[in-house]
Amino acid sequence: MSLKKISKDQPDKFKFSEKSLNAAEKIISNYPKGKQQSAVMALLYIAQRQNDNWIPLSAMKYIANKLEMPYIKVYEVATFYSMYNLAPVGKYFFQICTTTPCMLRGAYNLVEVCKKKISESERKISKDGKSSWMEVECLGACVNAPMLQINDDYFEDLDSQKLEKIIDQINNNQKLKPGSYRGRLSSEPENIRKTLIDIKNA
Amino acid sequence: MLKDEDRIFKNLYNDLGEDLVSSKKRGDWTNTKEICEKGREWIINEIKSSELRGRGGAGFPTGLKWSFAPKKVGSRPHYLVINADESEPGTCKDRDILRFEPHKLIEGCLITSYAVNAHTCYIYIRGEYFNEGLKLQKAIDEAYEDKLLGKNSSGTGWDLDIYIHYGAGAYICGEETALLESLEGKKGQPRLKPPFPALIGLYGCPTIINNVETIAVVPTILRRGGKWFSSLGRAKNTGTKIYCISGNVNNPCNVEEEMGITLKDLIEKHAGGVIGGWDNLKAVIPGGSSMPLLPRKICDTIKMDFDACVENKTGLGTAGIVVINNDQDIIKCMARIARFYKHESCGQCTPCREGSGWMWRMLERMAKGDATRDEVDMLMDVTKQIEGHTICAFGEGSAWPVQGLIRHFKNEIIERNKFDPVVKQKKDIPYLVDQHLLEKENA
Repeated sequence: MSLKKISKDQPDKFKFSEKSLNAAEKIISNYPKGKQQSAVMALLYIAQRQNDNWIPLSAMKYIANKLEMPYIKVYEVATFYSMYNLAPVGKYFFQICTTTPCMLRGAYNLVEVCKKKISESERKISKDGKSSWMEVECLGACVNAPMLQINDDYFEDLDSQKLEKIIDQINNNQKLKPGSYRGRLSSEPENIRKTLIDIKNA
Repeated sequence: MLKDEDRIFKNLYNDLGEDLVSSKKRGDWTNTKEICEKGREWIINEIKSSELRGRGGAGFPTGLKWSFAPKKVGSRPHYLVINADESEPGTCKDRDILRFEPHKLIEGCLITSYAVNAHTCYIYIRGEYFNEGLKLQKAIDEAYEDKLLGKNSSGTGWDLDIYIHYGAGAYICGEETALLESLEGKKGQPRLKPPFPALIGLYGCPTIINNVETIAVVPTILRRGGKWFSSLGRAKNTGTKIYCISGNVNNPCNVEEEMGITLKDLIEKHAGGVIGGWDNLKAVIPGGSSMPLLPRKICDTIKMDFDACVENKTGLGTAGIVVINNDQDIIKCMARIARFYKHESCGQCTPCREGSGWMWRMLERMAKGDATRDEVDMLMDVTKQIEGHTICAFGEGSAWPVQGLIRHFKNEIIERNKFDPVVKQKKDIPYLVDQHLLEKENA
């Protein structure tokens, strides 16, 4: 269970934009009639996207109304899952995987870089208001460790210098390049690949 | 080493492209219709004879699982659910299937849905795999456009719709009943079994749940025959498997290999060896973080398949191999895993919710050398209180790695934590609740 603080500053009202509304209707139609509650997770995502990457309480109430379910059930879901942000985060939200496979390859060096270059503590937004960071559990890219996620994208095979460069790029408003930072092809063994070689060379 | 022609996932590293045209060139979707025309019985029997075991961790025979679904559809529809909530530390095989071999998975979904009478299939992807989900959705759209899915899918006469459902960062949703709860729009807290999902699952309807890799290998097995698949590996541990090798190796990688390959071969041949050489190896977690670790002595000889791992008091799990060398502090590594389980416990059963925190705090102290000598046995006791006393297998998953540590590295822990127990130190600690014990001789 994740411990999450709910933001003290809450907007009074929340409403889906037309784009969000269309996306929501499409998702609700994926589930059988009368089972619209299944769409709650997706709708929370849509709300999060619309509202600068965090979900206010009013959005939960709005979703509860929309799906004809009790507000507390939406609240339960929003607080249970770790990917819903219930307080504002930076425009660039760094999630650093520090579980054992990443830790073995130096994930805590990345944490140090974030502490130095973004903010002293987790979830605290940097002074320029651009970024925030937090430690998360396994992100499922263990062979590309250490890695982190910035918003939707994975940044793999990192080290301290490479991460510092990424943060500098953000500060200079440059576009980021997701994927491996050692230039390797997905999850192949670098340099010593012994399998599917004919296919690679074909 | 497995021959390239026997590898199922030819595009594991994305040399060839993941779109429909390139997938068809690799043989996907070639004779789906003919396979389905052979009938449900034939499909299930062929999978049974291939001895395919589930690739999600538990290793349950897939053909047997399918045969549990009711033969005829009653008043309630059947569902197929694909578990792509890959969150086990050390495992990242499904990610490569989702992004590079999506058509193998989709074709597998169609054949499986046909075999278990399902018209709707949900693929539950972990929320962090946002880009992988987009790629899969693109592949699904391509399949719809090519009339491979939808009404009369691939000319089989079977209607099938596939939908993606994103999770939101809860490890527990990889447990099948928790996944169903989550799919129904609730907190992901596991259900009691029985009833098993094959009879009462999603929305109370018969539901078959399989891992991504399990379903993705199905079309190839049916095309090449169950016999071919069972000729690889050894009895009851057949076929190929994607191994993920991470941690302190020179070239961490995913690789598809034959079941029963030796661990040493995997690490030395494919992953470029342990950093600092084989002699620098401390321990290996063979099957994702919830499986007990193995010390070097066993790593020298162990074969990587279900039964060989069980014989060595561990498990193949998801085949996520985490290599730990002598430069690391093994107690600290396991303390971090305990923290993972503390964070991910769903909070439903008391032994797991409270126990996982206990284990983490005790291990943190042991890593620093702040624990007393007898706490090692106390820690073992805590793991025994969790194991087997919870609704789902998360209890075992959190207790086993700690048990593995104590089993193989007890001396190391004791050496670091030499304190006498507080009760023997004759200290005056006024705030200690058990102060009265200090005064007794044999406390």
